[in-house]
Amino acid sequence: MILRRLAQALPLIAALGLVGCASDGGGIQSQKLALVKGRGNLVCGVDGKLPGFSFVGPDGRYSGLDVEVCRAVAAAVLGDPAKVEFRDLNSSERFAALASGEVDLLSRNTTLTLSRDAAGGNGLSFAPTTFYDGQGVMVPVASGIKSLKDLAGKPICVESGTTTELNLADRMREINAPYTPLKFQTGDQTYAAYLQGRCVAVTSDRSQLAAKRTAFPSPAAHTLLPEVLSKEPLTPATVNGDPAWADAVRWTIYALMQAEELGINQANVAAKVAEAKANPNLADRRRFFGIEGDFGKQLGLPPDFVVRVIQAVGNYGEIFERTVGQGSPLKLERGLNRQWQQGGLIYSPPFR
Amino acid sequence: MAGPQRLPWWRNRRLLPWLVQAAVGLVVLVVVAFLVSNLVRNLTAAGLLLTWSWLSNPAGFDIAESSIPFSASQPYAWALLAGLVNTLKVVLVGLVGATALGTLVGAAAFSRNGLLKRLARVYVELVRNIPLLLQLVFWYFVVFLALPNGSQAIQWPGVVLAKSGLYLGWFGADGHWQLPLLSGGVWQAPLRLTVEFSALLTGLVVYTAAFIAEVVRGGIAAVPQGQWEAARALGLSPVVTLRRIVMPQALRVIVPGLNSQYISLAKNSSLAVACGYTDLYSVAETTLNQTGRAVEVVLLLLGSYLVLDLLISALMNGLNAAVQWKER
Repeated sequence: MILRRLAQALPLIAALGLVGCASDGGGIQSQKLALVKGRGNLVCGVDGKLPGFSFVGPDGRYSGLDVEVCRAVAAAVLGDPAKVEFRDLNSSERFAALASGEVDLLSRNTTLTLSRDAAGGNGLSFAPTTFYDGQGVMVPVASGIKSLKDLAGKPICVESGTTTELNLADRMREINAPYTPLKFQTGDQTYAAYLQGRCVAVTSDRSQLAAKRTAFPSPAAHTLLPEVLSKEPLTPATVNGDPAWADAVRWTIYALMQAEELGINQANVAAKVAEAKANPNLADRRRFFGIEGDFGKQLGLPPDFVVRVIQAVGNYGEIFERTVGQGSPLKLERGLNRQWQQGGLIYSPPFR
Repeated sequence: MAGPQRLPWWRNRRLLPWLVQAAVGLVVLVVVAFLVSNLVRNLTAAGLLLTWSWLSNPAGFDIAESSIPFSASQPYAWALLAGLVNTLKVVLVGLVGATALGTLVGAAAFSRNGLLKRLARVYVELVRNIPLLLQLVFWYFVVFLALPNGSQAIQWPGVVLAKSGLYLGWFGADGHWQLPLLSGGVWQAPLRLTVEFSALLTGLVVYTAAFIAEVVRGGIAAVPQGQWEAARALGLSPVVTLRRIVMPQALRVIVPGLNSQYISLAKNSSLAVACGYTDLYSVAETTLNQTGRAVEVVLLLLGSYLVLDLLISALMNGLNAAVQWKER
């Protein structure tokens, strides 16, 4: 255990040394963009073990929402969504890998927090949030439990050493409901104890609970409580000190969201482009597609980067449904991840 | 030649070894001083210099079972103490259980009953060749969590085994013997052990007893065959021979071996987190996660287990001195 912690600290120590060197050459427009273009592929840090977000299938192919973000950026910068090299990172390696330049982009269900963003903390540069998650609680339907208050005095299974454990303690204290926390060291043990009936509830990120539930013997017998215990905005990140690269990533992700807002998807993008080319009055769409204006050039990307991205991976809504939504085993609701017009938080600033 | 010639100091056989020792000692001191000062400087630079004031901050988390009164508003120090008490509880009960079971199994190796002898052998070989962590996971997830609840619980006189815990008959608050009772689908008893504690205890006892059995077997085998034969010639029964003649002589071989098994049991208790028991290690892990004071928490952990094991060792060394040959 202690050895493991030491091993976790080593890459961080190594990275600390490297950060100092990297900040010297910030004068050039974007080292990273030039580097990725020159190398001809994008190195993207992902989790690799989380169904719906990044998961290696039996054919060795990566799939998931985080993975599609990597492919979109590769399509925008290099014109080819296949030019991505995925790197599996665990939660303690991820920031060191990004800081040391081992990965160009971190798209690994990472919660945006102050200390991770601040220059005095991890010093990351965060892109737009791609998935708004929150901590949830799962209970068997048959237990009749309807809210957190009903859990007073009951045993709750939780993975030890996670923020989940602390959020649970905080919330239960707020509502003055003492409970029995049963802590386990791995997620597998936690869910096993829950399924064996030792606890009446298990807590984790809502998306993770939903993903795990798909593997239960009878998924329909378990339900999520309505309460959300914490905010977990899962957000891709790039290294601090290269604003041009951060902008390229940021606006690629905004393009996915803007395309959904405009009703442009993978199937109709070619027709929409042809339509915009023929009709000079569709100025907004012509700028979006790069038929007029120089948005691509300003970002250091090809003029038609939006078209390439949508042709490669589709818009945000399509990606969501395909990876974690109704078209996937997770069957998550859009919830907070709807477009802003539908009351969600997905909102692209104007392409202007 | 007049008078013994004075030797130069570098050929002085008495001075030289002393000088070498002093030089080596100085080098070691300088290296240690450098390492410590480097550690302190780096910890200071990283804002991680050892502080202990956080120990009095409110813990903010609950503990599943505690032998001392504990609530989330009490300080970290108290939470860690509750974890330590839980560790001590399982270690003490485990030591007694493992010694009893181990002695029985070890003695069974000398039984004239072939079946008993072979059973003891199979038990020892089976248990000591499977990793303890796997055994704990087995006891907890496969045995104890598979227990039925409510009226279907396994009931023996004075003992009830259910998924919600192990219920034992004991003297109630009024001083009368009370049996476990089922009221409203929930068992009530003066003494309740959680399944987490029961699983950990069973795992530790079964595992350690296998090693103790081998120590006991070795101790008994070390007593010369002539002692058995002499006792039989005097007309003593096998059981009395074992108790009165063989065991007192075997103890001087057994006790040093027991010492290391006892220490192992105390250290192995830190695997408690595999079956959800809130021991010192489990509380420390949550504390570390919450406060970020990794160095201090790990130092506390190291110190606690060290002191616990040194205590066991000291007690056993005392016992060892008592069972040695007395030359009169």
